[in-house]
Amino acid sequence: MPDALYNCTLADLSRRLAKGELSSLELMQSVIARTKAVEGRVRAFNSYDEQDALAQARASDERRAARKGAPSHPLEGIPIGIKDVISVAGQPLTASSRMLANFVSPYDATVTAKLKAAGALCWGRLNLDEFAMGSSTENSAFGVTSNPWDLERVPGGSSGGSAASVAAGEAVASLGSDTGGSIRQPAALCNLVGLKPSYGRVSRYGLIAFASSLDQIGPFARTVEDAATVLGAISGHDRRDSTSLKMEVPDYNRGIAELVRSGRKWKLGIPKEYFGEGLDPEVGAAVQAAIDAYRRMGCEVREVSLPHTKYAIAAYYIIATAECSSNLARFDGVRYGHRSKDAKDALDLYFKSRAEGFGPEVKRRIILGTYVLSSGYYDAYYLRAQKVRTLIRRDFLEAYKEVDAIVTPTSPTPAFKKGEKAANPLAMYLNDIYTIGVNLAGLPGISIPCGFTGGGLPIGLQVIGQPFKETELLAVASAYEQTIDWRNRHPSL
Amino acid sequence: MPKPEDFKLDHVTNLARINLSAEEKERFGAQLGDVLAYIALLNEVNVEGVEPTAHAFPVVNVWAEDVPEPGLSVEDALRNAPEKRDNMFVVPKVVE
Amino acid sequence: MNYEAVIGLEVHVQLKTRSKMFTRAAAGYGLPENTLTDPVVLALPGTLPVMNKEALDKIIKAGLLLGCEIAPVCKWDRKNYFYPDSPKNYQISQYDQPLCKGGSVEIELPGPARNVMGEHKRIALTRIHLEEDVGKLNHGEGASLVDFNRAGTPLMEIVSEPVIHSADEAFAYLTALKTVMIYGGISDCDMEKGQLRCDANISIRPAGSTGLGTKVELKNLNSFSFVRDGIDHEVRRQKAVLESGGKIVQETRDYDGQAGTSQSLRSKEMAHDYRYFPDPDLMPVEVGEEWKAALQATCPEMPFDRQRRLQEQYSLPYTITSVLVPDRQLGDFFEEAARLCGKPQAAGNWITNDLLRELGASKTALADSKVRPQHVAGLVKLVEDGTILSNAAKEVFIEMFHSGEMPESVVARKGLKAETNLDDLERWCAESIAGNPKSVADYKGGKESALNAFKGPVMRAAKGKADPKKVDEMLRKLLAR
Repeated sequence: MPDALYNCTLADLSRRLAKGELSSLELMQSVIARTKAVEGRVRAFNSYDEQDALAQARASDERRAARKGAPSHPLEGIPIGIKDVISVAGQPLTASSRMLANFVSPYDATVTAKLKAAGALCWGRLNLDEFAMGSSTENSAFGVTSNPWDLERVPGGSSGGSAASVAAGEAVASLGSDTGGSIRQPAALCNLVGLKPSYGRVSRYGLIAFASSLDQIGPFARTVEDAATVLGAISGHDRRDSTSLKMEVPDYNRGIAELVRSGRKWKLGIPKEYFGEGLDPEVGAAVQAAIDAYRRMGCEVREVSLPHTKYAIAAYYIIATAECSSNLARFDGVRYGHRSKDAKDALDLYFKSRAEGFGPEVKRRIILGTYVLSSGYYDAYYLRAQKVRTLIRRDFLEAYKEVDAIVTPTSPTPAFKKGEKAANPLAMYLNDIYTIGVNLAGLPGISIPCGFTGGGLPIGLQVIGQPFKETELLAVASAYEQTIDWRNRHPSL
Repeated sequence: MPKPEDFKLDHVTNLARINLSAEEKERFGAQLGDVLAYIALLNEVNVEGVEPTAHAFPVVNVWAEDVPEPGLSVEDALRNAPEKRDNMFVVPKVVE
Repeated sequence: MNYEAVIGLEVHVQLKTRSKMFTRAAAGYGLPENTLTDPVVLALPGTLPVMNKEALDKIIKAGLLLGCEIAPVCKWDRKNYFYPDSPKNYQISQYDQPLCKGGSVEIELPGPARNVMGEHKRIALTRIHLEEDVGKLNHGEGASLVDFNRAGTPLMEIVSEPVIHSADEAFAYLTALKTVMIYGGISDCDMEKGQLRCDANISIRPAGSTGLGTKVELKNLNSFSFVRDGIDHEVRRQKAVLESGGKIVQETRDYDGQAGTSQSLRSKEMAHDYRYFPDPDLMPVEVGEEWKAALQATCPEMPFDRQRRLQEQYSLPYTITSVLVPDRQLGDFFEEAARLCGKPQAAGNWITNDLLRELGASKTALADSKVRPQHVAGLVKLVEDGTILSNAAKEVFIEMFHSGEMPESVVARKGLKAETNLDDLERWCAESIAGNPKSVADYKGGKESALNAFKGPVMRAAKGKADPKKVDEMLRKLLAR
């Protein structure tokens, strides 16, 4: 139903809460009811704490009342789903892994603390590919999340639960994480807006690290405006994250409005390497239609070249696995996490606990990462991959001398069926072709809905921005969004 | 670039402290072999004179002043411990 | 066959900071187990490191003190290995870009006798870098218990070149290094508290040759004495192996200080492959000229430079300087006292004998001593000008130590004034000399012992309350005219 509470935009709900037409408690109750109605089929959550959520909602209403009409933050009282890889104090933090099945975190991630400071309700622990490694959420140790648009199909990954929950109305917006496309691709497969900020824009403190130099946290939302609101709340320098940037956080929505008012005509680049083999024809057609829409608006559209595109996946799978092999070494059953019952000594403890706790994809990546860092192989693999990474970044920065933003498909195919790619890791990796370079280059990227296949599956358009120019990126995305109404379609759950 | 046969699965799983079943060894060995063969693509790239990316943006001297802050209570520190005794984490004996 | 020992020492020094190297959990020692942790220390999922500025200041200062080349840029690397005392199962360290390179430590070897200064040498260093410490494993029955209080404390690793050739040199090296660290306020280097740890790499070669033999790493050297004994033991062991026709196995050995023996640590199935790579969570450190200059300005005079200066400037003997130099505060105390009274040797004696004796007996720290430099200076002056005799002075010192009173006040209160003043003493000596011309002739003829003839009458005139030393001095002075 188009005007069911659980399908409203964040901006709309925020206005209603501000006007007193709706209480946070009512909103949270409606979200919980919707969750209970559809979770059996969607399985977006690993867990949720109903009592805690209602308590948060009541507290929000009290805070708002105490302000006596003074304005609240737009996120006050809004339920935001949190990927189960971002720490929330007192709540489970499992990374969808048996390794952390019983782990309860004692601290808030910085983004969690920022959401709480804005008055948002931190809602549930959303499913993901184990330790954020995957593109379908099929690698979760606890069960697969279904795409609300077609329950036989995957929602994408690794932030599948974050996408499915918002698409299904089980959260107003959510946080995911993106290392090679894990926000943008699920957003594309679920008809949502998904944003990966520039590397360093959002603190990683409290995000279970997968690839430290590539990971970023970002929002899933129903509109560009909603995504911008959440981004504004979670961005900013964090003294606990040495890789977070000391840069002022603008008011993104105000910035978008100003750019729109200014009548700025964007110069957009279409990378020729992104439209070749492997791209599903319906996806290609929908993306071309979106590019035409930009042309009709008066934007200049030109072809650019990102010549090192074909090396991005290879470079990524060396760098990301190397970093994750080290980041996941801490999971050993000593201080927390799964401990094998059969260990005969401390050494045995490691081998067995890690064998029992990690799923196959995680093991594969740790093994690969260990190999590429091992003695005698560092130069040939890791060092070379980091050099290729420099070339990939240079490609983008060269292109940005001519254009403001780059437009591509987000995913080469729409949502695929469960089990279709699971057996072949390499085939799964090749899905990431359009998103992965963005992480390697540290750039911001957004996926927005740009149509449906004949079979009713969502298609996503990716816009890639310049370093730290999220406002411009959002404005370009918003310009297209104004011309269509894909967001008004909802899955029939 | 190294040859496919350079990859010794047993040696690597030893370094990574992960036991694999015989079935996993066979399956992963093949899958990782495919991935490594694909990765060899990077050999084509001319990286002469190219600096490796250390960090996305060049920033130095990111630090904090030496002012202690409250940490975890002993209870919180041990809350998720699989086994604890006398306020310490228990591990099976370490054999030197 | 004569063999020469070739030794390199790897010393880990815990920096004296209030918080840990990569997080602001408090650093400390001797506290209840697992009370100095936070999510970063325990490597909880999602945590990240942030550098401690003070630790950087301290290592740069150490590098400046030891004459190292300070790297203009350096970075952090992950050293990957699994061990229960290492929360992340990687240690953040510095691999190929250490903060300090080169440098040297001036050491003093034992002299032929206790009161004779031994030879000085310089031991070259390879490098100094920063890393984080690990937790503590307590081995129990069938299980080990881990305490993470120490985990994450800043550690400086100081690697010497393999240019140490004896156990005595090693001992001298550690003593000298410790003194420099204390002078610089960098670490207290208390081995009992784990603030200084030492591993030795030991090999032997035919005397006079230049190659390096197979080296053995010796661990668990828990005191400076055990370092010395352990090295001696290992050198003897290696000699015995070679002399019996065997070969030295490259291995790590564990030294048992009590038993004076060592044993091979069970050889690991695979050599360590630490898979070093730059830590993506940390940004590089750039050390500019301004930063170095600011730290250079806080560098104290080096211990042996001070020793040389004390010997030259104040003509102090080695017996006194060897006591004043290892303790920077004691040396400062001395210099202030010397400045106030102008009699450095006398001040030095009071400080190195009486003050240290009283401090030791009452287990008082120098900083808490009621006797301050002005007390010592005052006492020296009272003895110099004859106001009190030296045996009375000893009594005054002890009083001052317990009450903190200035010496004049003690003298007045206890009526310890010497009855003689210098004018009286001169008159009595002159009278005694005048009354004994024969002894004058004998003395001037070269008979030293003739001096004693004058003392009796002087002491009678002074009613026994003359300082024999002063009498002797005054007689000689008058006779020399």
